Amino acid sequence: MNTYSMYFFTIILIGISFKKDKIKTKKALKKAWKAFSNILPEFLGVIMLVGILLAVLDPNLISNLLGEESGWIGVIISACVGGITLIPGFVAFPTAAMLIKNGAGYMQIGAFISALMMVGVVTMPVEIKYFGKRLTILRNIFAFLFSFIVAYVIGKVVGGI
Amino acid sequence: MKLLKRYRFFLITVLIIVVMTIINKSLGMKALGVVEYSLKEMILVIPPVFVLLGLLDIWVPREIMMKYMGEGSGLKGIILAIILGSAAAGPLYGAFPVAGVFMKKGVKFSNVLIFIGAWSTTKIPMFLFEMSALGTPFALTRLLVDIPGIILIAYTLCMLISKDEMNDIYRKAELME
Repeated sequence: MNTYSMYFFTIILIGISFKKDKIKTKKALKKAWKAFSNILPEFLGVIMLVGILLAVLDPNLISNLLGEESGWIGVIISACVGGITLIPGFVAFPTAAMLIKNGAGYMQIGAFISALMMVGVVTMPVEIKYFGKRLTILRNIFAFLFSFIVAYVIGKVVGGI
Repeated sequence: MKLLKRYRFFLITVLIIVVMTIINKSLGMKALGVVEYSLKEMILVIPPVFVLLGLLDIWVPREIMMKYMGEGSGLKGIILAIILGSAAAGPLYGAFPVAGVFMKKGVKFSNVLIFIGAWSTTKIPMFLFEMSALGTPFALTRLLVDIPGIILIAYTLCMLISKDEMNDIYRKAELME
């Protein structure tokens, strides 16, 4: 679902809800606002942190780390870079495609993409608020380790190693 | 004072960016550029997520959620968790509030975790985009490895946390409104 269709869908649902029961709809919107303001401080912090990280880790640096055919060391570095950064998919995929064109291995890119999506070091404050510290850390560790499996399989299947 | 404490993390990051800008103006500006971009993304995606959550909370009774995704929902619950997570738009941090409401509605913990996993990595709009950027074999291989991986991670996590810890997490979700 893209953003606009989501807005469309949401507005239609609000309309239906309002027609059925005004009081309930008001309650739902109130709940939405409460839940949002509850998590807003963490959201804002995460957004600032992403800004800081992406400013420091410039694309050149990232491409140097991922771009070399550095075997498992490269995979580990890729997974770490992926785990700590938070790049939206529509930036990450073209970047990854460009890196592959410039000689990066499929295994490294597989690790990068997988860790990027599943591991969220920067978003941990939000996750901790809902799931607690221990589970958040465990989930991220597993997701990180799993990225190596993804990298290995992608390396085998796509890279034909 | 309470407000200050709640925004502590945010204020620290603001301070870092201010210091960064003083030391190296272009670096600070770059950081702010990324912040601006992410804020726009958040403004676009987050409001409908929360409104949908509010509607879900009010209109969908706990019994229905429990029936489809609660204890004993079996394969149906797993598949539903994957579909709901995959259909969602927005960054991973948008998934956590949804998970909170799911827990309030009595969704089984493993299904909550499967939902988080699906949201993070098997999103349908992303998949189409990945296919066009990195090729079908890449995207398809990743998807096929990810689905069992998500389920495996969810069940392993469930095994590793105690009943008490899980109840604690559910109680916290209940209190969050």
